[in-house]
Amino acid sequence: MSGDRAERELRRGGAYEVRAGVAWLLALTVAAVLAPWLSPFDPVRQIDPVAARLLPPGATRVVVELPFETRAAERIDRDGDRLLLHRLGRVESVPAADVRSVDPRRFLLGTDRLGRDVASRCLWGARVSLIIGFASLLLSTTVGVGVGAAAALGGAWVDAILMRLVDALLAFPWIMLLIALAALFPPATFTLVLLLGCTSWGGVARLARAEIAGLRRREFVQAARGLGVAPLRVVTRHILPHVATPLAVAATLRVAGLLLAEASLSFLGFGVPAPDPSWGGMIAESRYDPLASWWLIAAPATALVGTVVAVNLIADGLRDVLDPRTG
Amino acid sequence: MLGYGLRRLGASLLLLWLVLTGTFFLIHLAPGEPAVLFENRELGPEQRQALEALYGFDQPLLVQYGRWLGGVLRGDWGSSLSLRRPVADLILERLGPTILLVGSALVLEHLAGLPLGLLAARRAGSGFDRLLRAGALLMASTPAFLVGLVLLGLFAVRWPLFPAGNMSSDDAAFLGPWSRLLDLAHHLALPAATLALVRCVGVLRHVRNGLLDVLQQDFIVAARARGLSESAVLWRHALPNVLGPLIQRLGVSLPLLLSGVVVLEVVFSWPGLGTLGYQAILQRDIPLVLAATGFSALLVILGGLGADLAHGWIDPRVQRVR
Repeated sequence: MSGDRAERELRRGGAYEVRAGVAWLLALTVAAVLAPWLSPFDPVRQIDPVAARLLPPGATRVVVELPFETRAAERIDRDGDRLLLHRLGRVESVPAADVRSVDPRRFLLGTDRLGRDVASRCLWGARVSLIIGFASLLLSTTVGVGVGAAAALGGAWVDAILMRLVDALLAFPWIMLLIALAALFPPATFTLVLLLGCTSWGGVARLARAEIAGLRRREFVQAARGLGVAPLRVVTRHILPHVATPLAVAATLRVAGLLLAEASLSFLGFGVPAPDPSWGGMIAESRYDPLASWWLIAAPATALVGTVVAVNLIADGLRDVLDPRTG
Repeated sequence: MLGYGLRRLGASLLLLWLVLTGTFFLIHLAPGEPAVLFENRELGPEQRQALEALYGFDQPLLVQYGRWLGGVLRGDWGSSLSLRRPVADLILERLGPTILLVGSALVLEHLAGLPLGLLAARRAGSGFDRLLRAGALLMASTPAFLVGLVLLGLFAVRWPLFPAGNMSSDDAAFLGPWSRLLDLAHHLALPAATLALVRCVGVLRHVRNGLLDVLQQDFIVAARARGLSESAVLWRHALPNVLGPLIQRLGVSLPLLLSGVVVLEVVFSWPGLGTLGYQAILQRDIPLVLAATGFSALLVILGGLGADLAHGWIDPRVQRVR
């Protein structure tokens, strides 16, 4: 049987895959934390909506700051006490005394339709994605484990009611439920975390319930109860540590789903509100002509897909280690 | 089988009622005004009250709920506030396109996923298998709308082989029946292909991993020891053991499928339940939102029920477990 050997080989390769995933996430976290210092421009600043619009990656412009506006010139000349800006095929002359700053810049990932720097927006978008992904994961895991534990330990009626609730939650097409709810609340990152977290705990609850119900009758739990340990303490100290690993795998997989859901919401216009950058929103902005300005879609798409791939790699690796039976 | 079916049906009806009730109270308890009142901000208080009375928004919530549920039981879902037509008509119009899109995507994803999974399992560990694994990982990590946008950009804008949206051409009404069918297929191709592409990796992984699991079991060793050819082992002994769970997987993945459909329908302006629900939500059209979410949930529940029954029929052991 060639399958056995092949599987072993693949699993050995898995260690590298997990490391690659972790490395990507670490780099992303650093980038997100340092975004204010790393990003070349303010992500919502329209540098020059006319002359710095849809610049391809690597384009250079001289950013000239005037009292009431910023202009991006292809090059500048000095003419006595005036500055000549070569901009949009014309030469504009401005008094040198008015110029606040002259700054030759390279737009690494180009600019978008409104003349904003794509690289800066991608960097700041990492913040949004990471915050939303992990905060909503925390929320959904807390709620899910709480409901699952209550269902497993609370008796037949509580179990029946809670599990029908979970069934109902899981029967909704998730995105439809999310946009229906998102439309009702003012758009903000915090709202998104709440919505994503409060609608995604169904699967966790089922898993936690099954795992905890399996442990409930075990001797060490009975012993703890017999010794008069308080029920809440039995759950937190004696039961939860044993179900942590399967829950961790499920949680990692769920991050991927949450990141994709956040992107879909932003794409549909129910995500992070307008000028603030998010990867899904950036992809949405390129929807009317997806490939003409390819960098508009390529940059955020690479960031988003790369991050979800990283998360999936880690989840696959964890599952291989914890459950060697499935490949 | 009948008892099992009835039990599952009862559970499904209960579930549907829960979903409808949950949606109703969520939407009504949330802040914000429905479309009619919103549109007519300049109205005086008396007119506003008259409008509220007309639509029943002045009644206590439980009374509204009772009326609405009574109507739903009689098949009357109320009328849309923004489109000013009976909601049931709108839903029925849009149900067909969604089922068409989902159905053709399901067929396509299995047509692509099954043979690829088989090949990958037969050559587990080969370069081909690794390539598929990597491709599957990439696809599973890409949101459907992104795939849709890229395909749209490539095959509708860069090389305009397919229409960029909608379900039929403007002149479809003047075409003969065959050309109209062809026109429909032409419009269906891109959205269905997108959905199938995103989802076929699930089928592929399932078939591959399932087969690898089954191929290590004793009865396969026995079949091989009897001198059966490798293809007979695969087709007659291994594959049937993977198909049952595949059908069950289908039922479980339906909510996810319908979520994907909502976004893709918006990308391709496909006139289905997803775009209807999306527009209803944008317009705060309460009866329409309720019906659209209700019907999406109904599709999920019916699909799950169908998958459970099919699985129970194929593998009678399942009936006893529940």
